[in-house]
Amino acid sequence: MITAETVAAEGELTGTKTRSERGSKALDNDFETVGNVRVADPRMTCTDVNVYYGDKHAIKNCSLDIAQNQVVAMIGPSGCGKSTFLRCLNRMNDTIDSCRVTGEIKLDDQDIYDKRLDVVPLRAQVGMVFQKPNPFPKSIYDNIAYGPRIHGLASNRTELDEIVESSLTKAGLWEEVKDRLDQPGTGLSGGQQQRLCIARTIAVEPEVILMDEPCSALDPIATAKVEELIDELRANYTIAIVTHSMQQAARVSQRTAYFHLGNLVEVGETTQIFTNPRHKLTEDYITGRFG
Amino acid sequence: MVDQQNTRKRTIDIVNASLKRRYARERRFKAMGLGAVILGLLFVSALFVDIFSKGYTAFVQTHIELEVYFDPAVIDPEGRRDLDEISRADFRKIARAPLAKLFPEVTGRRDRLALYSILSSGAPYQLLDMVKDDIGVIGQTRTIDLIADDDVDMLVKGHIDRDTAAADRRVNDTMIGWIDRLEQLGLVKKKFNTRFFTNGDSREPELAGIGGAAAGSFYTLLVTLALSFPIGVAAAIYLEEFAPKNRWTDLIEVNINNLAAVPSIVFGLLGLAMFINLFGLPRSAPLVGGLVLTLMTLPTLIIASRAALKSVPPSIREAALGVGASKMQTVFHHVLPLAMPGMLTGTIIGMAQALGETAPLLMIGMVAFIVDIPGGPFDPSTVLPVQVYLWADSPERAFVERTSAAIIVLLAFLIAMNTFAVIMRRRFERRW
Repeated sequence: MITAETVAAEGELTGTKTRSERGSKALDNDFETVGNVRVADPRMTCTDVNVYYGDKHAIKNCSLDIAQNQVVAMIGPSGCGKSTFLRCLNRMNDTIDSCRVTGEIKLDDQDIYDKRLDVVPLRAQVGMVFQKPNPFPKSIYDNIAYGPRIHGLASNRTELDEIVESSLTKAGLWEEVKDRLDQPGTGLSGGQQQRLCIARTIAVEPEVILMDEPCSALDPIATAKVEELIDELRANYTIAIVTHSMQQAARVSQRTAYFHLGNLVEVGETTQIFTNPRHKLTEDYITGRFG
Repeated sequence: MVDQQNTRKRTIDIVNASLKRRYARERRFKAMGLGAVILGLLFVSALFVDIFSKGYTAFVQTHIELEVYFDPAVIDPEGRRDLDEISRADFRKIARAPLAKLFPEVTGRRDRLALYSILSSGAPYQLLDMVKDDIGVIGQTRTIDLIADDDVDMLVKGHIDRDTAAADRRVNDTMIGWIDRLEQLGLVKKKFNTRFFTNGDSREPELAGIGGAAAGSFYTLLVTLALSFPIGVAAAIYLEEFAPKNRWTDLIEVNINNLAAVPSIVFGLLGLAMFINLFGLPRSAPLVGGLVLTLMTLPTLIIASRAALKSVPPSIREAALGVGASKMQTVFHHVLPLAMPGMLTGTIIGMAQALGETAPLLMIGMVAFIVDIPGGPFDPSTVLPVQVYLWADSPERAFVERTSAAIIVLLAFLIAMNTFAVIMRRRFERRW
C-alpha cells in the first residue's frame, strides 16, 4: 500500500532525519513529522492542530489524515498527547474549560471546529469508545437504544429492536446477552461491558469510531475479542485507536502514528513503523528503550 | 556479609523500638476520639432525658368522671332543637350541676365558684360538642370524663408540692380536700391527651395543643419545599453543568457559601421588608414564612445539589456525549438521575433545618397567639418551634410540660426526616 505520495515523502527524508538526530529528547516547535501524513482517500484531515490546556502546549502542529476503512493506531509514551489528539476529532475536548484548539480538522471537507457547526450531529458521525468501560446504569437494551432514541433513528419499537440486535451482533455480544437484555449493563464483565460500549457506539451508525485505549482495563482474552471486533468493524467504519500496547497497534492497525511530548514524530504503514522506523525516537520507543 | 547482617538487624531494631511509640500514639488518638463521641452522646442523652422526663406527662390529661344530665330546660327550653340556639345555651350550668350534687355541703357563691374551678373552662364546650354530634342526648344522663383545670391536673400529676406553704401554692387546702375526695371516689382519671395533638393554642394549658402549630409548620414547609427544591436544583445544575467557569461564577459561588452562613434573623428582616412591606403579603402567614425559609435553605440545597452533581463520574457524561446526546440530554437523562438521591438527601436535611427554624419567623409575625388551626398557607399561624418559644414564655406550670412535649414532637419529626435521608442515601448510593 505504498502510494505515490509516500515515495515522494521519502525523498525529502534525509534532511529531516539529520535535524531530528540532533535534538533527541525535546523537539522544537517547527518540527516536521517524518513519513507521510496524507493518504489518498482521507475521511478526516487534520492540519496544523495545536492544543493548549491553559498555558500548556499539549499538541504541537500535528497534521494527520485518517483513511477510509482503515485503522489508525496512535502510540507513544504517557502524556504524549495521543488521547488529547483523539479527543479533538469529535470535539470531546470542548468539555474541558481550559482547553483551546487551533488548526483545522475536517470530516469529509467540513471543518468540525467551524463556529456554526453543531457538535451533536458531529458526535453522532464520529463515535467514541473510552478507556474504561462506561455503560449507563440502565438495562443492556436501553444502553444500546439510547443513541438511536435521542436521534430518532427508529420510528417504532420493532425497528429499535432490530437496531439493538444488529448492534449487539456486530459487537459479538448478542449471543451472550440476548436472554437478559433487561438486566443492567453494569452487571456484565469488564470485557462484555466494553463490547457493550462499542455496540452502543455503532448503534448510531457513525462514520468514524474513535477508541481511547479500549483494552487497557481488559484481560488478554477480552482484549483478543475486542481486537477481533475492531478488525471486523474496519470493513464498514473508519477507526482511530489510541493504545499503549505496541503489539496491539501492530495487530489491529494499518497505519501507525507515533506521538512524543506533543509532537507527531512519525507516521507510516504499521509494518514499516514496526520493522523499519525512520526516526530515532520511534525506534527507541518501539524497541523498548524508553516509554 | 556479616556487616550486612548487622545493618539489617539494626534496621529491624530501630523499627521495633519505634513501633511501641507508634502504637501508643494510635491508642491515644483512638481514646481521644472515643472520648469525644462519648461526651457528645452524654450531652445528647442528657438533653433527651431532661426533655422526656419533663414532657411525657403532657401526653396524659386529668379528667373528672361525672354523671351529666343534659337538662332540656337549660339547653333547649323551647324544644325546637335548633343548633344555633343550643350553641348559645348555658352549658356551664350543665357541667357544674353534677359537681354541686357531689359536694352538697359547699354553699355560698364564692365557695361554689372555687369548686367549679376544678373543671376546665373548656368542659362546657366538650358537652356542647356532644350535643352537636348527637342531638338525642338532650334529656339523658351520661357518664362523661370532663376535662379538669390545669391546676388540678398539675396536683394530680404531682407537679404541685402539697408541703409548701398554702400561700405559695396555686391550689389551696380546700381544693386539695375536694380533689382527694374525688380521687377516693375513683372519679379522677388520667386519659391520653388527644387534644394536645388536635387543638390550636389556648390561654388555658389544658386546652392548648400543637395542632395549629403543626398545621402551620406543614404549610410553611410545603411552600419552602415547592419553591426551594426546583430553584435550588435548577441553580445547581446551571452552575455545575452549564455556566462558564469565570470570575462571575466564582463570585456567585462565594456568595452562595456566604449566604449559607448568614444569621437566620437577617433573612427574617429581609422577608419583613420585602414580602410584607413591599409586596403586601399577609402577616403571620405560612406563605411568607415559606418564602423566608426558602431563602434560608436555598444555599444549603444548592451546595448539596452541586456536590451530588460533582460526584457523578465524568465517564457517564462522556458516554452520553459520545453517542451524540446534547448537553441538556446528558444532564437530564444521565447525570440528574444519578445525582437525585444526593439532592434529595440535601433537600431533606434543608427541610429539617427549616422545620426547626424560629428566629426569621419571629420577624414576620408568625409569633402571634393564634387559636384557630390554619386552613391554608394564607391563614395566620405559627410553627412548632415558635410554639415552643411561646409556651416556654408562659408562666403556668402546666405549660412547662407542654413545652417539653412540643419539643418531643418536633424532635420526633426531625429524627424521622433525618432517618429517611440516611435510608435514602444508603439505598441509592453508588448505583453505577
